[in-house]
Amino acid sequence: MFESLSERLSGVFDKLRGRGALNELEVRAAMREVRVALLEADVALPVVKDFVDRATERAVGADVLKSVTPGQQVVKIVNDCLVDTLGGENADIELNVAPPAVVMMVGLQGSGKTTTTAKLAKLLKDKRAKKVMMASLDVNRPAAQEQLKVLGEQVGVATLPIIAGQQPVDIAKRALQAAKLQGFDVLMLDTAGRLHVDQALMAEMKAVSEASQPAETLLVVDALTGQDAVNVAENFGREVPLTGVVLTRMDGDARGGAALSMRFITGKPIKFVGTGEKIDALEPFHPERAAGRILGMGDVVSLVERAAETLDVAEAEAMAAKLAKGKFDMTDMLAQFRQMKKMGGLGALAKMLPGMAKAQEAMASGKVNDKSIARLEAIILSMTPKERAKPDLLNARRKIRIANGSGVTVQEVNRLLKMHADMETAMKRLKKMGGLGALAGMFGGGGMPGMPGGAPGEMPALPPGMMPKLPGGFKFKR
Amino acid sequence: MNDVTEKTGWLARMRSGLARSSEKLAQNLTFMVGGGRIEAEDLDSVEDALIAADLGPAVAERIVMKLAAARLAGDIDMTRVRQVAADEIAAILTPLAKPLLVTAFPRPHTILVVGVNGTGKTTTIAKLAHVFQEDDYAVMMAAGDTFRAAAVEQLKVWGDRLSIPVISGKPDADAAGLAFTAMEQARASGRDVLMVDTAGRLQNKAGLMDELAKVRRVLGKQHPGAPHDTILVLDATTGQNALSQIEIFREVAGVTGLVMTKLDGTARGGVLVAAAEKFGLPIHAIGVGEKLGDLRPFDARAYADALTGA
Repeated sequence: MFESLSERLSGVFDKLRGRGALNELEVRAAMREVRVALLEADVALPVVKDFVDRATERAVGADVLKSVTPGQQVVKIVNDCLVDTLGGENADIELNVAPPAVVMMVGLQGSGKTTTTAKLAKLLKDKRAKKVMMASLDVNRPAAQEQLKVLGEQVGVATLPIIAGQQPVDIAKRALQAAKLQGFDVLMLDTAGRLHVDQALMAEMKAVSEASQPAETLLVVDALTGQDAVNVAENFGREVPLTGVVLTRMDGDARGGAALSMRFITGKPIKFVGTGEKIDALEPFHPERAAGRILGMGDVVSLVERAAETLDVAEAEAMAAKLAKGKFDMTDMLAQFRQMKKMGGLGALAKMLPGMAKAQEAMASGKVNDKSIARLEAIILSMTPKERAKPDLLNARRKIRIANGSGVTVQEVNRLLKMHADMETAMKRLKKMGGLGALAGMFGGGGMPGMPGGAPGEMPALPPGMMPKLPGGFKFKR
Repeated sequence: MNDVTEKTGWLARMRSGLARSSEKLAQNLTFMVGGGRIEAEDLDSVEDALIAADLGPAVAERIVMKLAAARLAGDIDMTRVRQVAADEIAAILTPLAKPLLVTAFPRPHTILVVGVNGTGKTTTIAKLAHVFQEDDYAVMMAAGDTFRAAAVEQLKVWGDRLSIPVISGKPDADAAGLAFTAMEQARASGRDVLMVDTAGRLQNKAGLMDELAKVRRVLGKQHPGAPHDTILVLDATTGQNALSQIEIFREVAGVTGLVMTKLDGTARGGVLVAAAEKFGLPIHAIGVGEKLGDLRPFDARAYADALTGA
C-alpha cells in the first residue's frame, strides 16, 4: 500500500531536490506530475484538483521561491497537504452512549463488511474489554448469516441466533432487544452489500438505521476502489449519518487513492484499516503516519509503539545491560529474532521503516517471510551454549555440524555469522558515539515515549539489533 | 424470489446500468466542451473526464489526441465528441468480445475462476453455470473456496437452486485436493462442464498465488488441457489496480479471459479499455445484477456506446 505512489512522488521530488532555486513554472510543472501520480493512484478527481490547487498555492507563495532548499520546501508542503487531506489526527471509535452502543456497517457488495465486522468485534472485545454481540442483516447473499456466525465462533464473540426468513429491520430490532436484555456493551450490525443506486435497498438501510439509532455508522470501502469511490461515499452519506470509514485490503498493492479520497468526500475520518486476511489484521488509522509512508518517510512512531507493546521489560533490561558493555553474542541475536517475531514479524517491521519498500514488497509477497527468521533461529539453536557465547569458536567442522543439525547449508550458517558480525560492529560503533545510554534507556526505561535523546526530530536511533541488516542475511529473489 | 431475469431484457438492463455511467461521463464532457467548439485548453479537461471514468491515462490521452485532430478539422458538437470516444473504445474492445464456449474434447470442459476477494467469483460461477445449463450442458461446480467462512455454503445454495451438484471438502481443506476430487467425479458422471471456484486472494500474496498454480497443475495432470479456461473476475469499481491484478493472475494462474462484475452501479469499469490495450485478453461476459440472468456475453459496441452515451 502506498509504495508505488510513494515511488512516483519521490521521482518528482528528486528532480527538485538538487536545485538551488525554483521558479514558478518549475513548481507548477512539478505539481502537474504530482497530479498525474495521484490520478494513477486512483485518487478521486475532485480530491486531486483540490489537493493540487492547495499545494500549488502554498508552493508558489514566497516561501518556496526564496527558500535556500526549495526542493525540501515543496516536499514539506506536499506532506502537509497530504496530512490535511487524510484528516490530521487519528479518530477513535465513539462508544460513549448508553449501552448497547450500536455499530452499523454499510457498504457495497464485496467490500469486506462481514470480515471487518468480525475483526472490529474482536478488537473491541480484546483491546477495549467490551462485551460485544454481532448480528447479520444480510438476507440477500446466500449463507452470509452463516459466515458471520462462523466468524463469531472463531473470534469468541456472540452472534444473534439466525431466524430464517426474518427481514433486516426486524432482525435489527430483535438484536437490539437481545443486546439490552443480555447486557452487551456493543451491538454490531452487519448489513447486506448494496449498490448505492439500488433505491429499495438504500431505503431498507435507512429504516434499519432509524430503528437502531447507531452510535457509529461505518462505511466499509475497498482500498482497490477507483474513481467510483466518490459516488459511493456521497450516496451512502446522503442516506445514513456516516460517522467514519473503514478501508479494507490495505495489504494489497493498490496505491491507496481511496484512502486519500475518503476523508475529503465524506468529511468523516478513516477510523480503521484492514491489513490482512487474519482476523486480528485491523488497525487504527493514523493520517500523519500514512502521509509519511506515502512520501517514503516510513512510520517509525508505529514501530516504537509496537515495540513498547510487545517488549518484555525484564528481558530488555538484561539485554540493555549487556549491550552497554558492548557485548552482543548469539544468545542476544536469538532474543532479537524472537522479539521481531513478537512484534508481528519482518513484514510488519519493514512496513514502518523508511526506504524499505523493496524489502517490504518481497516480504508481503511471501518470498522472504518469517520462515526465514525461524530458520535463523534454528541455526542458533543448533549451536552449543559455548559457541553461542563465543562465535569465534566456529570452525569448518563445527559449521558442518550446525548446518546438519538445523537442516541448512554451511553457506547459510556463514551468512548468519556475517549478519552477526555486522550487527556487532554496529553496536560497537554506536557505543563509541555514546548513543548507548540512550539506547539502554529505550530498552530498559520501560516508560515509552522516552525517545532516545540523541537526535531530536530526526529518526529515533533504532537499536541496530532490532533490525538486522537485511542485505547480509536475506536474498531477495525477484 | 425470482432469480431468473427474462432473457429478452438483458440489453436494456445493461444499457440502463451503464446509462448512469454514461450520463456522468456525458455530463463531464458536456461541461468540458461547453458551447460545442473545443478550445485547446479544454482538451486537458476532457482528458480528466476520461480518467475519471477509470479509462486509464494512456487511453485517455489517445482519445484526446483524436479530439484534437478533429478540432483542427472543424467544429465538433457533443454527439461527435461522444462518437469519437465511442469509436475509439469500440475499436479497442471489439476484437476481444468472445463468449465462453464449451469446446473441450474429451469432456469435461474445465473452467477455473480466480480473482481478488469480493469481486463476485462465486456469484459469477452460479450465473455461468446457469447459462451453460440453458444450453443443455451437464454442469458440475467445485466449491474451492475453502478459506472464507461459509463460502462453500454460498455455492451450495446456488447449486440447490439450479439443481447442479456441488463438490465440496472440509473447511481449510487443500484446494488442489478438492480440484482433484471434483475432476474425478465430473469425469465419472460424464459432465460437460466443470467449474472450479477458488478463494479470493490479493495478487501480491505469492504464497496464495502459488496455490492457484498448484490447482492448475493438478487439474492438468488428470485431464490434459484442463483448465481450458481460466477466468479472472474483475470488479467494475476497481480502479487502476485491475491492471496489476490481470498482470499477476495471468502470469501465475494462466488467466485466459475476463469477466467484469457490478456494472449495474455507477462504476464505469473503464479500466477494461486500458486492460484491453495492455493485455488483449478476451472479455467473456459482464455482470449487471445479483440475479442469475444478470450475466451476459460482452458486446463491445453496446458497451462503448453505453459508456460514452453515443
